[in-house]
Amino acid sequence: MKDITIKIIDREGVAHEVLAPTDMAMNLMEVVRSYELAPEGTIGICGGMAMCASCQCYILSNHELPEMQDDEDAMLAEAFYVKDNSRLGCQIRMTPELDGLEVELAPEV
Amino acid sequence: MIKTDILIIGAGPTGLFTVFEAGLLKLKCHLIDALPQPGGQCSEIYPKKPIYDIPAYPEILAGDLTEKLLEQCKQFEPGFTLGERAETIEKQEDGTFIVTTSKSTKHQAPVVAIAGGLGSFEPRKPLIDNIADFEDKGVEYMIKEPEMYRDKKVVIAGGGDSALDWSIFLSDVASEVTLIHRRNEFRGHLDSVEKVQELKNLGKINLITPAEVTGIMGDDHVRAIVVTLEADEPKSFEIACDHFIPLFGLSPKLGPIADWGLEIEKNAIKVNNALDYQTNIPGIFAIGDVNTYPGKLKLILCGFHEATLMCQAAYQIINPGKKYVLKYTTVSGVDGFDGTRKEAPKQVVKAIE
Repeated sequence: MKDITIKIIDREGVAHEVLAPTDMAMNLMEVVRSYELAPEGTIGICGGMAMCASCQCYILSNHELPEMQDDEDAMLAEAFYVKDNSRLGCQIRMTPELDGLEVELAPEV
Repeated sequence: MIKTDILIIGAGPTGLFTVFEAGLLKLKCHLIDALPQPGGQCSEIYPKKPIYDIPAYPEILAGDLTEKLLEQCKQFEPGFTLGERAETIEKQEDGTFIVTTSKSTKHQAPVVAIAGGLGSFEPRKPLIDNIADFEDKGVEYMIKEPEMYRDKKVVIAGGGDSALDWSIFLSDVASEVTLIHRRNEFRGHLDSVEKVQELKNLGKINLITPAEVTGIMGDDHVRAIVVTLEADEPKSFEIACDHFIPLFGLSPKLGPIADWGLEIEKNAIKVNNALDYQTNIPGIFAIGDVNTYPGKLKLILCGFHEATLMCQAAYQIINPGKKYVLKYTTVSGVDGFDGTRKEAPKQVVKAIE
C-alpha cells in the first residue's frame, strides 16, 4: 500500500511534510511521534486512548475524517485551547483518503 | 528518616516489580509516589482498560495488574510514601543518598531506582489569567482536606469522574455546590452521573452547562468567579464563592528529577543499557518508561526486565564482593520478610508393590 503525505505544523509553527504508511494501523499522534515533531513525553501520554488530549491538533484541510466518538468528544470537552477544528491525533487513523491532510499541533499543556 | 536498601521513586508496575526482585536478594525497598495510590498510570489513567502484552496474561485490566503486583511483592513488606513528590536528592559522605519529598519526608538509601514513568502527575490548570494569584487562596486543583469546605460556597469545574464525585461528596459538606462544565454531557461512571442528576433535581447541586469559568474575582482570597455561558451570544455573570476547584485531570511532568544532575535526553534519563540501567550518577538507576537508551521501548514488560537487572547491580553496591548466584524461585522458594515461605511441594517418593 502506498504512503500518504501529511503536512504537520509543529508547536513552534514549523511546517513539516512527512510520509505516513497506511498499512500499519498508525494514527496521526503516532506519525508525529515517529518523526519526533513534538518532544517525547509531551504527546501521546495515555498511549492513544483518547484519555489525555496531549495529541490535540487543529485540522486545517477539508478532508473527511473518521467521525468523532463519544470518548474523544468528552476528552476535548475537558481539554484546553480547544477550537471548532480540534481533534485528537490518536483517533485519526492513516488511510489513503487522508493523503494531503494538513494539521497543526495544539499547544502543550 | 526512613531508611531502606533500595529507594524506588515511582510506584507504577516497574517500581512494584522491583520490590519482588529486590526481595529475592534480601534487599528491602521503599517507594515514593506523588499519587495517593500505587499503580502509576495503570491506576490513575486507565485502571479499567485491558493490557494484552503482559507475558502469560492474554488480557488483564491495568487496575488488576496493579493488584497482582502488590500481591506478588507483599511478603517483602515494601514501605510507601504516597501523595508526596520526590523533590531533592543529596549524596552523603558515606555514599548513600537522602531524598526529600514535597512534604519534607526524608528517605535514606545506598541505591536509588527512579521508576518514574513519564514523571509525577500534576494537575492541569485552566487558562485563566490570574489563577496563579489565587492558588491556595481559594483555588485548589486537588481536594486534600474536604473539611475545609464545610459550610462554604464551592464551585467545581470539569466533566470527568473526579468533578462528579467531589460534587456529590461536597453537596453534603459545603453550603452551596456549583458544577460547571463545557458540555451538557459528562463522562463518568453512570451511577455518578445519575447521582448528580438526582442532586441537581433536589437543588443540592447547581449545574451550569455548557459554560466555562473565565475569570476569578477577589483580593486576598477568591470572592467570586466569572462564568461564561456558551451560546451563539456568550453571556457572562458572576457567582459568589469561597472556593474554586478546577478538576481537569492530571498530566505527568518530569519535574524536579530533571534537576538532579542526571543526563536527560528526550524527557527521559539516559542509562547504561549494556549493563545495569545505571545513570551517569553511580548508585542512581532509572528503569521503566522514565529511561532511554538506543532501541528503548516504553513497555511494562521491558520495565520488569530492567528492574531485574538493576537489582543485581544494587546487590553488588550494597554487599560489595559478596558472592551470589541466581536462584530460581521454583527451586529455592520465596522467603518473605514477614516470615512467610512459599515453596514447591516436595515430590512424593513411594514404592510400587
